Amino acid sequence: MQENDISTVENIELELLLQAVYLQYGYDFRNYSRAHVKRRVKHRLVQEGMKSISELQNQILHDKTAFDRLVRDLSINVTEMFRNPAFYKSVREKVIPILKTYPYLKIWHAGCATGEEVFSFAIMLKEEGLLERTQIYATDFNPYIIKKARNGIFPIRYIKEYTANYQKAGGLESFSDYYHANDELVIFDKNLSKNMVFAEHNLVTDSVFAEVNMIVCRNVLIYFNNNLQNKVLHLFHKSLVVGGFLALGTKESLMFSDEEKKYKVIDPKQKIFKKKYE
Amino acid sequence: MNKRKDIKAIVIGASAGGLYALKKLLPALPASFPCPVLVVQHLSPHSDNYMVRMLDELSPLVVKEADEKEPVIPGTVYVAPPDYHLLVEEDFTLSLSVEEKVNYSRPAIDVLFETAADAYGRHLMGIILTGANADGANGLLAVKKRGGFTIVQQPEDAESQAMPKAAIELVKPHKIFTLDEIITFLSKGDFCSK
Ligand SMILES: C[S@@+](CC[C@H](N)C(=O)[O-])C[C@H]1O[C@@H](n2cnc3c(N)ncnc32)[C@H](O)[C@@H]1O
Repeated sequence: MQENDISTVENIELELLLQAVYLQYGYDFRNYSRAHVKRRVKHRLVQEGMKSISELQNQILHDKTAFDRLVRDLSINVTEMFRNPAFYKSVREKVIPILKTYPYLKIWHAGCATGEEVFSFAIMLKEEGLLERTQIYATDFNPYIIKKARNGIFPIRYIKEYTANYQKAGGLESFSDYYHANDELVIFDKNLSKNMVFAEHNLVTDSVFAEVNMIVCRNVLIYFNNNLQNKVLHLFHKSLVVGGFLALGTKESLMFSDEEKKYKVIDPKQKIFKKKYE
Repeated sequence: MNKRKDIKAIVIGASAGGLYALKKLLPALPASFPCPVLVVQHLSPHSDNYMVRMLDELSPLVVKEADEKEPVIPGTVYVAPPDYHLLVEEDFTLSLSVEEKVNYSRPAIDVLFETAADAYGRHLMGIILTGANADGANGLLAVKKRGGFTIVQQPEDAESQAMPKAAIELVKPHKIFTLDEIITFLSKGDFCSK
């Protein structure tokens, strides 16, 4: 077969695999960025020592553990504390003052990965005197990382970078006051996670999670195609109180979405939006 | 090569020394250049967009940081944002990803080249410029396997030789050119399909 024919067959196999995964396990990757999914599936092929996607499909249909490994490949969990410090700075300056006017708050981190973002927010909320009256929901569709996120324990090798991020983000204290460290790990203060609830939630297939004052969903929508982005943005709109805030990743936007007109732009560069009164 | 008039996009990968090379190459392309150009230049994850702004200022073409879901349009240069991989979808829109580094790099040249090869098949031209690592060699091989056209900067002409050398060894590209030759070759643009 010619290389280009191989590629056509491969696309058919991929389509069938995603269909099979959806029918058998309920996880719907059919509207994820196809280039991304293809790369990750091929990566899994190599790891499993297989030659074709059809072969992989057969295994995944009959063996749940093989499916679990695929989910881990498709869910990109790369994250860090105070990722994009300028974003946190902007939240501190433009969002927190308004949140302070509420007696009680709910914040939802959708696609929280291993929790670094959630603990970063908790630290900021604590410094602003808001942590005690904030209920924090943190969700992801990947059950393995939800379990990890809950613990607030992170590898120590990135702590220098995180400390620098924290300072650039406008941190007010000494970062090391928030954790205990041993040779390998940093363990964050239990008080930070008192009001956190971690739960499995799939943005594609599950419905509204809770009504909240702020949604933080960073670097998740980039993996979805336009239709799916619209669907999830619609879900977010339904979940936000009027005047609530939506924070997306630095390279994400409402620009190509029908939801754009329903929000006021708070910070165009840091992608912070506020739900309008209808 | 003179016979080929079916190129629909050009991908360029560069690392150490690449900024200098791109500063020479991109401004030399005329405003009427008929193909889109997609660029990965290795950068620090914290760098701002000064490189893109500078290249845009110097070039007749529009040079911009790639946005996710953006359709690829001829006559535009798309540069991968720092700390994101850049991917091409088969409907010729762009995607970004924060997944693990590839060849210690994010953005990685291999990621752009491999996905672009999938999307454009034989209608792609891949160019590897100066650099001090081996990123891009696998990607350029994917371009060639799919029938695309491959060019590597002559190592002696490059500020850092490792990347061109790795690509030449693995791919045996169609052309090995100096930067000046690449510029002369590209600026004609007569290989682009109309
Ligand atoms: C790159 S991480 C982003 C982590 C963090 N928000 C940040 O910006 O650092 C993307 C996360 O989205 C999650 N994700 C992907 N698809 C999802 C879905 N359909 N529902 C919920 N979470 C999803 C992945 O499991 C992964 O943990």
